[in-house]
Amino acid sequence: MRIEYNFAFFDEGSKREIRRATLKAVAIPGYQVPFASREMPIARGWGTGGLQLTLSLVGKEDILKVIDQGSDESVNAVNIKKLIIKTTGIKVTDETSEATIIQSRHRIPEIPLQAGQILVLQVPLPEPLRYYEPSELETKKLHAEQEYSGAWLMLFEQIMNYGTMSTGADHPAMVHDRYVMAPSPIPRFDNPKLNHSQALILLGAGREKKVYAVPPYTRVESLAFEDFSFEVESFQDKCCGLCGAKGVFLDEILDDLTGETFHQCNDTSYCLQRLNQKSAG
Amino acid sequence: MGYVAVKGGIQAIEESIKRLKYERLKKGTVLDSQQIEGGMRCLIDQVMSESSLYCETLTAMAIKQAEGSPEEAVFLLRAYRSTLPRKHYSRTVQSEEMLVERRISSSFKEIPGGQILGAAMDYTHRLIDFDLNKETDDEAIKWVCEYALESGVDNDQTNLSNLPKTLDYLREEGLISTCEINYDEPDDVTKESLHFPTSRSQRLQILTRGQTGAVTSLGYAALRSYGALHPTVGELRIGNLPIYVDSPFLEQNEDGDAYYIGEIKVTEVETLFPEEIQKGNGEKEIEFDIGYGICYGQNETKAIAMSILDRCLEAANPEYPIHNEEFVLLHIDSVESTGFISHLKLPHYVTFQSKLDSVRKTKK
Ligand SMILES: [Zn+2]
Repeated sequence: MRIEYNFAFFDEGSKREIRRATLKAVAIPGYQVPFASREMPIARGWGTGGLQLTLSLVGKEDILKVIDQGSDESVNAVNIKKLIIKTTGIKVTDETSEATIIQSRHRIPEIPLQAGQILVLQVPLPEPLRYYEPSELETKKLHAEQEYSGAWLMLFEQIMNYGTMSTGADHPAMVHDRYVMAPSPIPRFDNPKLNHSQALILLGAGREKKVYAVPPYTRVESLAFEDFSFEVESFQDKCCGLCGAKGVFLDEILDDLTGETFHQCNDTSYCLQRLNQKSAG
Repeated sequence: MGYVAVKGGIQAIEESIKRLKYERLKKGTVLDSQQIEGGMRCLIDQVMSESSLYCETLTAMAIKQAEGSPEEAVFLLRAYRSTLPRKHYSRTVQSEEMLVERRISSSFKEIPGGQILGAAMDYTHRLIDFDLNKETDDEAIKWVCEYALESGVDNDQTNLSNLPKTLDYLREEGLISTCEINYDEPDDVTKESLHFPTSRSQRLQILTRGQTGAVTSLGYAALRSYGALHPTVGELRIGNLPIYVDSPFLEQNEDGDAYYIGEIKVTEVETLFPEEIQKGNGEKEIEFDIGYGICYGQNETKAIAMSILDRCLEAANPEYPIHNEEFVLLHIDSVESTGFISHLKLPHYVTFQSKLDSVRKTKK
C-alpha cells in the first residue's frame, strides 16, 4: 500500500472550503468564522490553524517564512516548514521582506510588513471573552450584541487589583470599532503593528476551528481606558547584546557561566540581518 | 545559552527522529503489520473508532508506526483522513440488517432470537495465560480447522441477519414512546464545525469518535453520581453492517441501483432510562427513554458509555456538567485533547516574557 499526497497535503475540495471561510473572515474583520478544521500531521495546538490557512493559500510561486516565538530555527517552525516543503516543494526564506506568506506563532516580525504579503498567525484560544465566559453559545451572543462590558471589566479589575493591566500577551483589541478580537499570544509590543497594517493578517485556530482576519488598513485598537492607556512591554534602555538594536522585542537570557542577565533580539532573522549589514559595512 | 534555539534546530530534529527509530528497532525485531492485524483486533477496533476511519490494514500500519500508542495511531489516521476527498455518502444503514455475531440484553432473560454470547472477554478469568508464550503458528492453524469443523455442525436455524430489536417489544407495549423516523440529512461534523446548541446527529458523531477513555470516564461519572439514573442495557449487538452507495450516474436511484461497497463491524447499544412523564390531568406515569451508542468495531464499554452520554445530553439538566454539551463534546476528542496538552512542551518564552513584564509592573 503506497500513496502519494496531493500538492499542499489537502485534497482540492478541502482547500477550497478553507479559502471560502477565509474570504468571509476578510469580509467581516475580527469576526471568528467557524470552519471544518482538518486534522493535520502536526498536533492540535502546535499551529494547525495557521498551517491549514497556509496550505490552502500557497501556490507554486510563493516564498514562505515560518517563525515560532520570533525564531526561524525553533523546532516547531522547522517542523512546519519541513511539512510544507515536503508537500509543496516551494521556496522558503528567513528574510521577512522576501516572503510572500509568513506563518508565525506569537510574534509579528520587526521589519514592517508590506502590501501584498500575508501574515498567518497561529491561534491557541481565539475567543477573547473565554476568560470570563466558558460557554461558546454565550460568547457568540455577546459578540453578536457587541456586549463587551465583561472585557472592559476584566481590565478594570486588573487595574484595581494590581495597578496595571496584567494581560501579558494576547491583549484584546477592537477591530474596526466592531469586534473584540484575540490577537493571538503576540506580546503587547506587537499589538500596534496590527493597526493599519499594509499586509493581510489571517488568524487560524485549528483546534477551536475558527478563522478570522485583519484586512489591510483596518483600524485595530488595543483595549484601554481614556485615563489609563495601553502599555507595551518596556525594556527601558536595554539593547540587543549581539546587534545593539533598541526598540525591538528582546529576550531575557541568563548566562550559564557568569549568572548575569543579558538581552537579545527575539526576532532572530532581524538580528542576523543587522549583524550581516554591520560586517559588510 | 539556555533554551533559545538560535541555530541548529534542524539538526536537533533530525537526530531526535533517528533516536525514535532506534527505540522502535533496538531489540532487533521488526513487527509485521499483518501480525498486528491478526492479533490486535481490539486495539485496531479502538483506533478505527476514534479515528473515524474504517480500514484495518491502514490502522495496523499506523499502530506499527506509533509503536502501539493509540493516541499516536489515531493522530496518524486522522491526518491521513484529511487528505481524502469525500466523493459519496452511503445510503442510510439500517441496524436491523446487521449480521449479528453477539447480542445480549440485560433487560430480559428471553429475547426473540435469543441471547447470543459470541466472542467476549466478559466470561474469562483475567489470569495471565503463560502458555501463550509457547503458542506456534502450526498449532493455531490446527485449532482453527478443528473449531471450524466443530461449529459447522450447528443445527440452529436462526436467521442472524434479520434479528428483531429487543426494544420493539417494549414499543409495542407502549412503554417507550414511539417517534417518527427523522429523514433530515444529518449534519457532518467533519464538513462543518460544531455550533451550539447542537443537533443530535452532531452529538452522536462527536461521541462515537471520542477517545475511548474519555467517553468511558464521563459516562461513568454520570452513572455514579453526576446525572443519570441507573440505565439498563436493552440490547447490545455486535456484527457486520452492509454499506451501499447510490449510483452517481443515475438521477433517481431505485432500490436495486445501489452498489454494495463492503461491510463494517459495529457495536450498537440501546440503553433504557426510566423517566417520569407528566400527564395532562396532573398524574404521573413512568416511561422509558432511550440512550443510543454505536462505534466501529467491538468497543462495548465505549458504546455503552456513549449511550449514557447521549441520554444525558438529551436531558440537558443544567445541574450536571455531564449534561452540558459544550463540556462533554468539546473535550473528548483524542486529537484535540492530546494536541493541546502536548503543546505545553513548546517554548513559550515570548508570552512568558510578556507576563514577566506585567508581573514586574505590579510589583512597582
Ligand atoms: Zn539583535
